[in-house]
Amino acid sequence: MTISVCDRVRNICADIFALSAEQISLDSSPQSISSWDSFQHLNLVLAIEQEFETQFVPEEIEQMSSVQHIVDLLAAKLPSSDASL
Amino acid sequence: MTDLSLRQEIDQHLASGATALAATRLGELWLNGASPATAGFVVSRYERLRQSVPLLSHRAFLLRSFTVEPIIPLLRAAAFVNGIDLTVQVGDFNAYAQEILDPASRLYEFAPDLGIWALQTRDVAPELWEQYADLSSTETQHIISRVVTLFRDLLQAFRSHSQAPLIVHTLDTPPYLSQGVLDHQAETSQAAAVAQINDALRSLAKTHHGVYILDYNALVARHGRARWYDERKWLTMRMPIAAEQLVHVANEWLRFIHPLVGKVCKVLVTDLDNTLWGGVVGEDGIEGITLSADYPGAAYRAVQRVMLDLYYRGVILAICSKNNLADATAVLENHPGMLLRPQHFAALRINWNDKVENLRAIAAELNVGIDSLAFLDDNPVERARVRAELPAITVIEIADDPMAYARTLRDTPVFERLALSNEDRERGQYYAEQRQRLDLEQSVTSLEGFYEALRQEVKIAPVTPQTLVRVAQLTQKTNQFNLTTRRYTEQQIAEMAASLDWRVYALSVKDRFGDNGLVGIAITRDTGEVSEIDTLLLSCRVIGRTVETALLAFLVEQSRSRGKRRLQGWFIPTKKNTPAREFYATHKFTPLTERNGEILWSIDTPHAEIVCPAWIRLVSEGEGAHS
Repeated sequence: MTISVCDRVRNICADIFALSAEQISLDSSPQSISSWDSFQHLNLVLAIEQEFETQFVPEEIEQMSSVQHIVDLLAAKLPSSDASL
Repeated sequence: MTDLSLRQEIDQHLASGATALAATRLGELWLNGASPATAGFVVSRYERLRQSVPLLSHRAFLLRSFTVEPIIPLLRAAAFVNGIDLTVQVGDFNAYAQEILDPASRLYEFAPDLGIWALQTRDVAPELWEQYADLSSTETQHIISRVVTLFRDLLQAFRSHSQAPLIVHTLDTPPYLSQGVLDHQAETSQAAAVAQINDALRSLAKTHHGVYILDYNALVARHGRARWYDERKWLTMRMPIAAEQLVHVANEWLRFIHPLVGKVCKVLVTDLDNTLWGGVVGEDGIEGITLSADYPGAAYRAVQRVMLDLYYRGVILAICSKNNLADATAVLENHPGMLLRPQHFAALRINWNDKVENLRAIAAELNVGIDSLAFLDDNPVERARVRAELPAITVIEIADDPMAYARTLRDTPVFERLALSNEDRERGQYYAEQRQRLDLEQSVTSLEGFYEALRQEVKIAPVTPQTLVRVAQLTQKTNQFNLTTRRYTEQQIAEMAASLDWRVYALSVKDRFGDNGLVGIAITRDTGEVSEIDTLLLSCRVIGRTVETALLAFLVEQSRSRGKRRLQGWFIPTKKNTPAREFYATHKFTPLTERNGEILWSIDTPHAEIVCPAWIRLVSEGEGAHS
């Protein structure tokens, strides 16, 4: 698996928000993506939890205000070998 | 993301207009890993495929006591890959009571084809969930009767405002009981209290048409009670179910939706070698194949056990296998490990011909559409070929592990049924009799001679509460001899039967070989001097036996006796109902109007000369004087 955490998150965002991966950047946020509402946020959290086999605590879920934040959170959570950014 | 290249391939197919291929690959993607992300991808791509892939539309309204929103994309994706375009509206959070009671609520305004009522114990009976230790046995009984009364009243209210089918969840048992292991030894048991509510709910459901119980408690148990719940998400978002379990809820709903929309298979066609038994009989011989109660033969016995269950559910079994007929027959007849025997199979294609051709021949022999077939084969090459050549067939995808076959078969939603009629239970026996009829047809030289020799007795009677299930089922399933292909639910049929202008007749046929059961329906509606045939259909079992003339003669006589001057009816052409196309013309009806290929046919009742064929004995219960 050579694909980076960042790209994996972007691909999941593309699936959830029905966009292409190119339309998702590290700066993407609920402000820049119109379909990123509270329910899609929950779907996004569930999708990332399933993909990375991890769990977020409620405080972390609230912090996820951009793709960058999500990638940072994952980097802190995942074993270092996985977190090839 | 392991399926990235598959996603890219799908988008390329979509861009180049290869829609069927895109749909197939989307099915594979979903099968490889159902997740919220995959669901988003599948739903967004299928929304673009709507115009080019055949999909059945259905509208569901979700009444709920907890957060269900993340299940919806999973449900819609699973439905899409199974050929169903589901529109889902979710009721307000924990507002199911108001929505059911208020006739002007969003629920009834949406006019759903289906209601799903998703509940859990901690919302409906929180005391039973977490304060059980505080309760006296009298208090427990009070809570139980409060909940049962609520269910009773809400079910009644729902039925008085809507005729839509309703799926109701049972309540779940807590993963840990407040008394620990003592619970099952104690006078009053927490688990038993929940079970008591569920038993009452089952009885209540039986008092209404179209109210179906989904055993949520059993679903939780099947997937592991300890892993089902996610306390953190429950406390923060009121979502009690762990992320990876959500798809199981979606799939369980889908098992009900399949029979409701009529997306079911009537026939399971199975391969033999390495599917019904281990090994290749042509090479290993009857002694060498693997089939017994022990490992590894038990895997194949388990598959046969599922098929036997399906047989008793009314699913027709057939064989399509590349084999020497003598080798395969020896196993079917004599192998001590076999649970299935030749009499369980309605059609056999054991030869070296192409499987695609054999599957077509099986559909023709059984008088069903190709989309009524499901196909089970251990060989992925055969499966891929059948899927490519006959996209209407349900090809059952199995992993390369015989121990998993039985479970996959049980998980296949196209074999689910929500009601079972006597005809379903006796279908297997019917096919044995049908083979004798075919022998007779070949031994009698003239068609009239065949009809005479059949000694048919046709009984026509108004629909009754006993025949309601079968009548509705026939309107939903009959495709070939069906003049209008209008689908009705049990509730709709019951409403028609209760109305003054409508008449619903059920037709049964017996002959010298046995009882064909309830195999025909006619529904008429009177307006002034005209009686209109809303529905007229015959099961494929009795097509080509002049039964339809007997039915029409009966309808003419009935409308005449009610003083109607004209009997009319539409023929609405579909892809499948060519056997019924000439029906009105053959019986001297004249075309009155045409609209988009649909023709309204009519006959003046005073002068109509339609009589029951001489070789049919007609026993009818109409109204008024007639023979």
